[in-house]
Amino acid sequence: MTDLTINGSRRSVDVPDETPLLWVLRDVLGMTGTKFGCGIAQCGACTVHLDGVAVRSCQLAVGDVGTQAITTIEGVGATPEGAKVQKAWLDLEVIQCGYCQPGQIMSAAALLAANPAPNDAAIDAAMAGNLCRCGTYVRIREGIKHAARS
Amino acid sequence: MLRDLEDNHGPALSRRALLRGGAAVLGGLMIGIELPVRRARADEPASTGAPLNAFVHVPPEGRVELIMPSVEMGQGAYTSQAMCLAEELDIGLDQIIAIHAPPDQPKYGNPLFVVQATGGSTTTMAWTEPLRKAGATARAMLVAAAAAEWGVDPATLTTEKGMVSDPGSGRTLAYGALADRAATVPPAAEVTLKDPAQFRLIGTPAHRIDTPDKAVGKTVYGIDVIRPGMKFAALMASPVIGGTVARVDDAPALAQPGVRQVVVLDDLVAVVADNTWAAQQGLAALVVDWTAGPHAGLDQAQLWADIEKASQGPGVVAQKEGEALAALNGGTLFEASYELPFLAHTPMEPLNCTVHVHDGQCEIWVGTQVPGFCQMGAAKALGIDPSKVSVNNHIIGGGFGRRLEADYAKIAARIAAKVDGPVKVTWSREEDIKQDILRPLYHDRLKARVENGKVTAWHHRVTGASILARWLPPAFKNGIDGDAVDGAVDSPYGFDSVLVEYIRHESPVPVGFWRGVGPNSSVFSAESFLDLIAKQTGVDPVDFRRGMLDKTPRALAVLNAAAAKARWGTPAPASPSGARVGRGVALMHAFGSFLACVADVAIADSGDVRVTRVVIAADVGRVINPDIVVAQIQGGATFGITTVLHDAITIEGGSIQQSNFHDYRLIRIDEMPAIEVEIIGSTEKPGGIGEPGTVIVQPAVANAIFAATGVQLTRMPVDPARIAKAV
Amino acid sequence: MRAKTLVFSVAGAAVVIGVVALGVVGWMVLQPGPYGFAGGDPVALADYKGASPTGLPVELASADPATTREYIARMGDCEACHTAKGGQPFAGGRPFVLPFGTIYTPNITPDPETGIGTWTDAQFLDAVHRGIAPDGSRYYPAFPYPSYTLMTDEDVLAIKAHLFALKPVRQENKPNTFAFPFNQRWLMAIWATLFNPDERFRPVPEQSPEWNRGAYLVEATGHCGECHTPRNLMQALDQRRKFGGGVAEGWSAYNISADKVSGVGDWSAEQLAAYLAAGHAKGRGAASGPMGEAVELSLSHLTPSDIAAIVTYLRSVPPVAGDLPALAGAAPATPVLASLDNPVGQRVFQGNCASCHDWTGAGAVRSEAQLTGVRGVNDPSGTNVALMVLHGSGPTWPGHPYMPGFGHAYSNAEVAAVANYVTARFGAAPSGLTAADIARLREME
Repeated sequence: MTDLTINGSRRSVDVPDETPLLWVLRDVLGMTGTKFGCGIAQCGACTVHLDGVAVRSCQLAVGDVGTQAITTIEGVGATPEGAKVQKAWLDLEVIQCGYCQPGQIMSAAALLAANPAPNDAAIDAAMAGNLCRCGTYVRIREGIKHAARS
Repeated sequence: MLRDLEDNHGPALSRRALLRGGAAVLGGLMIGIELPVRRARADEPASTGAPLNAFVHVPPEGRVELIMPSVEMGQGAYTSQAMCLAEELDIGLDQIIAIHAPPDQPKYGNPLFVVQATGGSTTTMAWTEPLRKAGATARAMLVAAAAAEWGVDPATLTTEKGMVSDPGSGRTLAYGALADRAATVPPAAEVTLKDPAQFRLIGTPAHRIDTPDKAVGKTVYGIDVIRPGMKFAALMASPVIGGTVARVDDAPALAQPGVRQVVVLDDLVAVVADNTWAAQQGLAALVVDWTAGPHAGLDQAQLWADIEKASQGPGVVAQKEGEALAALNGGTLFEASYELPFLAHTPMEPLNCTVHVHDGQCEIWVGTQVPGFCQMGAAKALGIDPSKVSVNNHIIGGGFGRRLEADYAKIAARIAAKVDGPVKVTWSREEDIKQDILRPLYHDRLKARVENGKVTAWHHRVTGASILARWLPPAFKNGIDGDAVDGAVDSPYGFDSVLVEYIRHESPVPVGFWRGVGPNSSVFSAESFLDLIAKQTGVDPVDFRRGMLDKTPRALAVLNAAAAKARWGTPAPASPSGARVGRGVALMHAFGSFLACVADVAIADSGDVRVTRVVIAADVGRVINPDIVVAQIQGGATFGITTVLHDAITIEGGSIQQSNFHDYRLIRIDEMPAIEVEIIGSTEKPGGIGEPGTVIVQPAVANAIFAATGVQLTRMPVDPARIAKAV
Repeated sequence: MRAKTLVFSVAGAAVVIGVVALGVVGWMVLQPGPYGFAGGDPVALADYKGASPTGLPVELASADPATTREYIARMGDCEACHTAKGGQPFAGGRPFVLPFGTIYTPNITPDPETGIGTWTDAQFLDAVHRGIAPDGSRYYPAFPYPSYTLMTDEDVLAIKAHLFALKPVRQENKPNTFAFPFNQRWLMAIWATLFNPDERFRPVPEQSPEWNRGAYLVEATGHCGECHTPRNLMQALDQRRKFGGGVAEGWSAYNISADKVSGVGDWSAEQLAAYLAAGHAKGRGAASGPMGEAVELSLSHLTPSDIAAIVTYLRSVPPVAGDLPALAGAAPATPVLASLDNPVGQRVFQGNCASCHDWTGAGAVRSEAQLTGVRGVNDPSGTNVALMVLHGSGPTWPGHPYMPGFGHAYSNAEVAAVANYVTARFGAAPSGLTAADIARLREME
C-alpha cells in the first residue's frame, strides 16, 4: 500500500510503485479533475502540485511521491493563489472546452505562489508547457495578471 | 477503422427528409426540416414536473431544465442556447440547468443538417429562432396556467425571473408551481417573440454557465465517466490504414499486473485492465503482427502528385456567372495553385467512450457532436435495434470536427461486446492521432484576368475529397460537395465573371470535418491569390480588395475596420523575433459571417516565422453573447496560427507519421501574438463564429509572410528552410 | 648539376617518405592487443584453468539450446546494426553514413536468396572471424570482425544457430554508395592482414575469472571499442588510446576509460552496472542513440554476473586523458536568466523540456531526466544533446520513461538554439551549434 496526502486528506492505494500519479488519481481514486492529455509531459493537462510545485502527474511514479503533499484542481481553491486564479478565470471567461484548464490553473497558481507579480517572460516560462487547443492563451495571460492584481 | 466510418444513418435520413420543410444553408447546401418544437411523447422518461416542449422542462422546484440540442464543446453553445431560451422564458441564467439532449433526431435534429449534429458553426444560425420560439411557447403555457389559476386574462400577466405576476393583484406564482398545470395547456401554434429592444440577455456578455464547474475540476467529460464495476481499456488499431490483425501473442500482456483480458478484433486489439495505465502497459507488452493490407504503399509524395494530377480537371461547375473561361483567353492573366496538407484534430480530451453491453442492451457514455450517429452506429456494430442503444452525452473536451464521427463509439461498442461489465476505452494520444479522420488534402487552382485594377474574370477550381458524400450522402448532389467549395462560391468580391469548379478526388486516407472546414482551403487560396495579383500589379492589397466590394457593404465595412484598427499603411513594427517584418490582410464571407484580418509577422534569418499581431474585425449578424463571439474569434485565430505555422500530417508506408505533440506541434502561449477583435454591430441574421477565426487568420499570416519575403506560401504549412533559402 | 641534385633530392625524399610511412603504418599495426594493457601471459582457452570466460554465464549454465543461442546472440548485439529503422529485425538495410559513403547492413535472416540461409558453418566463421564473404569478397570493417574474431567457434556458431531459427525475411540488400577508391573491396584484404589478428580470445591467468569473462564480453562479443576507442588514420582502433572516445553514427561515444574527468573513473561500480543494465544511472544520465540501442537489445538482457564482469573489466582499463571539461555543478532554479541570452532556446526549452527536466536540470520528477552532471550536456560540441533533441532518447519498452524526438516538428535553428541553451544552462561550456550543423546531424540518420 502507498500512502498519499491529497488535498489535505490521507489516502491509501494498492498499485505498483511505477504507476503514474495521474492514473492513481483518475482511475483508482476517482478524482477525475486531473486530466490525461498526452502521457509524455508535452501538454500539461495532468498538472498537480507536489508541495506547491507544479509537476506533470503523468510522469510522476506514485512510488516517488513519498511524504510530499499533493494538491489537485479539486483542492487548489483552498490555497490563496488557487482561489484567485479560479476567480480570475471566471471573471475573464478564460475557459472554453475547459479540458486543459485544470492544468492551466494548477500551473498558474504555482507561478503566483512563487512569483506574485509575474511579467510576460515569467508567465511564458511557467505556462508554455500547458497546451490549449481551443486557443485560450490570450485570456490565460490576462487572467494571470488579473489574479496577480487581485 | 474504415468500416467504422461507414453509414451512420438510420432509415429516416433520405433525400426527401432533407428536402422537407424550410431551407437553410450549409456551404451552399439547401436543406431543412420542420420546426421541432412540440410536446414531449408520453412514453419518455420524465422526472417530476412538466416537459413543456422538447427544450423546456419545469420541475416543481429547483432550476428549470433546458435541453440543449447543440452540444457544449467549448464554443459556448450551452450558454448561448440557454440565453435564447431564457430570454423568451423570462428567467435568469442562474435559475436554469443545461441538460444534454439524448439522441432523438425528430426533436433535436439540427435544422440545417436534419441529423442531430453540432458543427459547421451552425448552432446560432440554426437554433436561435427555434429556441426563442420554444422559450416563448413555454412561457405562454406558464402564463396561461397562471391565468386559469387566478381567473384573469393572460394578457394582463407579466413574467420575470421565473415568476408569473399579476400586477393587478400583486399575486405571484413561481414557474415550478405552475408546471403541472402548464403541461396541460395546448401549445400555441404561433407565439410572438420579444422585440429585440426588450432583450435582457441576448446581446449581453453574460457569464457562461459551463465554466464554474470547469474551473474547479467538477465537470464530467466523457473520459471522466465512472460506472460501478467499470474496467479500463487501451487499444491499438492497425498502424497501416486498412490493415488487419494477423497474429497476437497475448501472454506477455496478460502477465502485466492489473491486466484482465485481451480483446482481439479483426482490425484492432485492446487490453482490458484495472486501470488505464495497466491497460497501456499490457498493450505495450502485447505482441501483434499486422497484415498491412492494400494501402501499405501509400506515401505522401504520391498523394500530393495524385491530387495535383486530378486538379488538372475539368471539374463540376459549382458557380458560373458570365463567361469566365472565354474572358481568360486574353489580356493580363494570373495563375497560381495552393496546396493544403492532411491535418489532425488533437482535441485535448483524447478520444474515449464508455460502453456497457448487457442483456441485449448497449449503454454508451461519451462526448459526441453526433449522438444519433453513435446510437445508430453502435446498433449496427452490435446487430441490435437502435432502440436498445442509449447514449448519454457529455461536455466535450474539444471537438473541432473529430467528434462529428461515431467511429470511436462503434469501436468501443465492439470491444465492450467482449467484456463482462462496463468498460471505458481511452485512446492514447498516439492512437488519437494515428487513427484520426484527417482534414483532407486540398489543391486549389486559380486563374484571373485583371483589367484596370480589377479582377474581371475569376476561375477557382477546388480539388479534394468529399466529406459530405460519406457523412451526409443526400447532401452530396450533382457531384458537388457544398462544404468543399464553401468560401469559393459566393465570394464577397464583385468579379465580372466567375467560374467555380469542384473535382472530387478521393484517396484511401479517411478524412472528415476539421475546424474551419471547406473555407480553410477556398479562402486561403483565393486570398493568397489576390495578394499575388496585387503585388504583381503594384497595387496595395487593401485598396485592391476595396475596389471590388461595392456590392457587399458588410464585407467592405469589416475590411475598413480591420485596416483602420491595424493602422494599415504603416509598416509592421520591428521585432526581436526577426529582421524581416511584414503585414498581410485577408477577407472572407462564409458561415453567414464577414471577417477581415490584418496580421503582422517577423521572420528570422533561419526562416522561422513568428506572428506578432493579429487584428480581426467581424460582422456576425445579431450577436447573442459578444464575449463568446470574441472568445471564439481569439480561439479560432490561435487554431489557425498553429495551422499555418506548424501542422501537417504526412503518410508513409500507409501510416500516419505523427504521434503526439512532440511531432504534431501546437502553438504554445509563448508563441502567441496579441489578438485584437472588433465586432461590428449588426441586426442581420446571426452567422456562425466557431470556424471563421481559424479560416481568416491563415491567409492573413501567409500574406504577411509574402509581404516580408516575397515568398508565397503555396503549400501549407510554413517551411522555414524554404523561406531561409529564398531570403 | 642542379638537375642531378634535384633527382637525388626527390629520390631521397621518396625514401624518407617511404620510411616514415612504413614507420607510421608499423606504429599502427604493431600496437598492443585490445587487452594488452593488462599484462600477464595470455594462454590459449584450452590451457586456461579458471572458469570458462566464453559461452554462457553461471546463471544460465543449464539453459536449453534456444535460450543459449539467443543469449549469445544478445551478447554479440547483431540486431541493432542489422535492423533498419522500422524494419524487420535482422533483415538489414540500416544505413551507416561514413566519410567515404553510406554502407547498408545486410539481411542476416535465413532467407536463402536475400539472407544467409544457404551459408555453411565454415562460411559463417569466415565472415565473422575474418571478414570474408562466401564469394570471397571482403567486408568493410564497419562490420566489427576484428573484435568478433576473438569469439570462440562455438559461440559464433551459436549465433548462427540463433539466426537460422529466425523467420526468414525476404529483403534484398542495398548496395553501398562508396566512391573510388573506397569501393575497391580487395583493399580490405590488405587491411585485414594488417589489422585483424584472426585469433581467438586468450585468457589472462594473472587476472580474475570475472575479469576474463568481462574481457570476453567487452572485447569479443560486445565490441565496445568499435565505438568508444578512437581510430587511427587507417581506420583501425587505436589501442594505445583505448576507450578514449570515438564516434557512432554522429553521436559522440564518450571516453569510458578510467580517467576521472573525461572517462568513467569516478563512476561507482553500482552506477556503471545500472547504466549498462537499465540504460540509466542516477546522476549520470540515460543511454541514448546507439548506446541506448546497445542497452535495449543487448546489455539489458545480460545476467547480473555478466554485467558485474563487464564492470570489473571496464574499471581496469587505464585512464586516457581527454579534452572534455570537468562536469559543471548545479544549475539555477530561476527560469529566466539575464546571463543567458538565447530567446529561441529559452522558448523551446520552456515549452517542451522544462516539464521533465526542470529549470534546475535536476529532473522535475524522474532522475532519468537529469541534465546536470551528464557527459553529453557537458560536451561543448553539443552534438549528443542536439541528437537527443532530434531523435529522442531512452527505451520505449513498457514502464520506462523516454524522451520523444522533436526533429520532425522543430526547425534546424530551433534545435540548434535549444541545444545551445541546454549546454549553456546546465553544462560546463555553451555549444555554438548552427542550423547548418543540425542539417548535417539530420543526415547521419
